Amino acid sequence: MIADIFEPFGLAFFRNGLLVATMAGAICGLIGCYVVLRQLSYIGHGLSHSIFGGAAASAVLSVNFYLGAGLWGLLSALMIARVARRGKIGSDAAIGVITTASFAIGIALSNRFGQAKKSIDAVLFGSILGVSVGDVVAVAFAGLLAVAVIWICYRKLLFATFDAEVAEVSGINVPRMEALLMLMLAVTILFTMKVMGVLLISALLVTPAVIARMLTNSFARMLWIAPSIGAACGFTGMLLSYYIDVSSGATIILMASLVFVVVYAVTGTRGRRNVAGLTHDH
Amino acid sequence: MSSAPTALVELDGVSHSYGGPTVLHHVHVGIEPGSFLGIIGPSGSGKTTMLRLVLGSLQPTEGTVHRRPGIRIAYVPQVETVNWNFPITVGEVVLMAGAPSWRRPWSTATERREVAVTLEQLGLGGLEDRHIRELSGGQQQRVFLARALHRKPDLLVLDEPTSGVDVRTRHEVVHLLTDLHRAGMAVILTTHDINGLAAHLPRIACVNRELIAIGTPREVLTPDVLERTYGAPMEVLEHGGMLLVTDSRLESA
Repeated sequence: MIADIFEPFGLAFFRNGLLVATMAGAICGLIGCYVVLRQLSYIGHGLSHSIFGGAAASAVLSVNFYLGAGLWGLLSALMIARVARRGKIGSDAAIGVITTASFAIGIALSNRFGQAKKSIDAVLFGSILGVSVGDVVAVAFAGLLAVAVIWICYRKLLFATFDAEVAEVSGINVPRMEALLMLMLAVTILFTMKVMGVLLISALLVTPAVIARMLTNSFARMLWIAPSIGAACGFTGMLLSYYIDVSSGATIILMASLVFVVVYAVTGTRGRRNVAGLTHDH
Repeated sequence: MSSAPTALVELDGVSHSYGGPTVLHHVHVGIEPGSFLGIIGPSGSGKTTMLRLVLGSLQPTEGTVHRRPGIRIAYVPQVETVNWNFPITVGEVVLMAGAPSWRRPWSTATERREVAVTLEQLGLGGLEDRHIRELSGGQQQRVFLARALHRKPDLLVLDEPTSGVDVRTRHEVVHLLTDLHRAGMAVILTTHDINGLAAHLPRIACVNRELIAIGTPREVLTPDVLERTYGAPMEVLEHGGMLLVTDSRLESA
């Protein structure tokens, strides 16, 4: 019985998958704090769809996945940031147009050039299969990048997130901070989408951060709590995925959703008020 | 007007438009070290535009803004614009204005001591770990003043510091700003509150798409200047040595 539980740990792909899922949860939790507080959830959602187009195009053109999808994602992120800043036609509508067009290109390319349905399912919903050592290294790189950027720019990012107008007057280059945030978001999505899946990754960006917000009133503590919850959900979700034979993205998000429901119920009015505050309009 | 080379900030023939009609036309104002200036005018008169030109968050479409090299400007926004649900404590708000360090994101013991001193000066001692929403109206206003002061500014800029606050908080803010000015800090603010705030300042600028008048309260709080500024006749009374402007429209503003 006990031997059965440890059985998957003997498999290299499972160990890789577990490592990637845990790290992905932590990184998404960390970046998610900024995403949620800057109300960029929809951009995160759109960006993952957009990157799918880049992933499909890279496959068709036989370009390295990270290079092709990365450039595509970065371009989309910068375009979205620009549109969201100008906001003349409504940033949500612009994000909808740009990212769903990109997603449609991905679907069209995959259909036309005959990728197996199984492989599209894996991209959309995440898969533990085929996670290589290279993927582990890539996710570790994304994590290190996120930690380094937040470490170095902690105060500037916090100031720009909390109070962009005053931050700008205080000598902080707010557009640069926004571009940096978009870059981190794009890199995080790109490097974690294999395990999480395009359709589910935005939930991992939002849910751990929202749970952390319910548990604390301090920004510094939120930056610890959200990645811890994300990592725990990534780890347990991936284990569950193996045992119940359900896609990894789905089980990880189900774990996060379960934690959300428990914390929502336990923290009561205070937690709910904190989450309601995330819809504050600047 | 003032072209003294010692001015902290000087608007020299400055105009601004947001792509449409000019909202502020040909303004000359100098802000000297140690000055205390209040900008008054009706809604949409260009008060906030003038403030933003001083801050540098807006660029003039005409004219030039001179800033003394190396000047430190700190800005206190209207409390209504603050996101009170953001997960942030009083200490974190003040610290974010401190010099960013590349080596460590957290605060040093020295910084924490400095923050504690600033908070103590503003009557917020011991509230470092309190969430900003858990404070009274006056305390909330002072937290953002503390953040501004933590930058050790040469010039303190405030947008409507008494808007949306009760009478007691207004008194606190006026006294605090007066103390800072006495200590040598230059202060510039916008306000709708002529009697409660502007009339107590050493210098007032009346703005309505252009600079109508600038001077001491006795020089500018006259029926003529006020009518040109607000577009309606107003009465100026004197009570106990203080000027009192009466207009039902203004009092409700």
